[in-house]
Amino acid sequence: MTYLYYPGCSLKCSGRAYEESLLPVFESLGIPLTELPDWNCCGATAYMSVDQQASFLLALRNLALAERYGGDTKEPVHLVAPCAACYLALIKVQHRIAEHPEIARETTEDLAEAGLEYRGNVRVRHPLEVLVDDVGLDAIRSRVRAPLHGLRVACYYGCQIVRPYPVFDDPVNPTTLDRLMTAIGAEPVTWPLKTRCCGGTLTGTLHEMGARLSVLLVEEAVRRGAATMATACPLCQFNLDCYQQKRGALATSLPIVYFTQLVGLAFGIPGKRLGLGRHMIPLEPALAAAAGASHD
Amino acid sequence: MITRLTKSSEGPRWSAQVQYESKLDPDFPDAIARLPGADKLWGCIQCGTCTGSCPVCQYMDLSPRQIIAMTRAGFKEEVLGCFTIWLCASCYACTVACPKQIQITDLMYALKRQAIREGHHPKRFMIPALAREFFHLVREQGRNSEGILLLRLYAKTNPLGAVRNALLGLRLFLRGRMGLRMESIRDKASFWKLMDRGPAEANGKKEKVA
Repeated sequence: MTYLYYPGCSLKCSGRAYEESLLPVFESLGIPLTELPDWNCCGATAYMSVDQQASFLLALRNLALAERYGGDTKEPVHLVAPCAACYLALIKVQHRIAEHPEIARETTEDLAEAGLEYRGNVRVRHPLEVLVDDVGLDAIRSRVRAPLHGLRVACYYGCQIVRPYPVFDDPVNPTTLDRLMTAIGAEPVTWPLKTRCCGGTLTGTLHEMGARLSVLLVEEAVRRGAATMATACPLCQFNLDCYQQKRGALATSLPIVYFTQLVGLAFGIPGKRLGLGRHMIPLEPALAAAAGASHD
Repeated sequence: MITRLTKSSEGPRWSAQVQYESKLDPDFPDAIARLPGADKLWGCIQCGTCTGSCPVCQYMDLSPRQIIAMTRAGFKEEVLGCFTIWLCASCYACTVACPKQIQITDLMYALKRQAIREGHHPKRFMIPALAREFFHLVREQGRNSEGILLLRLYAKTNPLGAVRNALLGLRLFLRGRMGLRMESIRDKASFWKLMDRGPAEANGKKEKVA
């Protein structure tokens, strides 16, 4: 099985820690991820707001490149897209061309003009799905060297990895991440906001309103006893990590990490190699407290 | 505190604007309902589940349910000029909850595109401005460069905002999470060829984006 890696723009910049933790985790499970050569931006939510056909073509160019990389094999190429916006943009265009023949026709023509072809032989995968469904929780459990006993985690899925296409989990109450966290020894807290919107780009454009959405999530997670929050999207991580301040002072200090960072820690990979130093709110105090509590 | 976005202190624009039924645009809903995602528009039963599931409905000038009702009735100016469509952050909560399978998030996208194309959106409003800056940057380079995008956006809409966010920018820079390097793809020639192919929106015309 070929797993190609589609990083997307955020994982090369504000979300670097996601890439830095994803790659060693997959490596240590024997799934080296090869980066899709010359990938382009997925279009995110912005392209769909401006130009529909262009948004389809952006996503399709990546799918076409992935398929070309896979060669003539009948086996589908698995394209791993960790960013929620990328994941959805790629899946969405697949649904659109499957459901609307005229979109399939027009995009095929446009791709051909640029010397590209997409025959439909790519499966877009989220790393969470690969870890739980392909690798399996048993294999993950057996790889754990330093279980995160006592670490209470709020599992935050965000919106776009389960909506509107719930490929591998429930659109409102998903459990994949909770099960993964349990497998590495952590304790997921009961938390009903796991797929509620973090504000997306609104935190930058209409700050008062966007930040309110983020703060609600953090406050509820703290109230539920979480010592950290595991995210699966670079924009969620950014919003929740960066906007916990009120008038310059920290209103809450809940460390917001990528789920891959916690898996990496449980595998015994040092935090430095997982990009843990890049967050605004460090995870170390929560880890120390959890270790102390589980030894008592 | 909930601040509802409205254009004037007199309340939402739509309440003041439509006075005669003859001013409605009966073709507006048909053009929208032809677009993928919005095609189930006519099945709406006005139950309000979309509004109830929306995490930002309390900030909107028109609720998602009202957007559907007003789109169907032909309130084109009011719908395309409202804030609501721009507040939708694409979380798809309404889309999965709708009992009539209307893809409301995609309806919002269709309305956003038409509002940008026809210049209806509120001026100097940062949300459509972000979409357009993002669009141009990616069309140029094939990839997004977060730092450059933000600088361009603030320069166009709110230069003071850049100053206010400078501290956060610096803290991100120190952690290697923000920079001003221009990211781009290698094979730009074929990429531009692909992106210059015109979109075939509902009316079949090439979309022009200023």
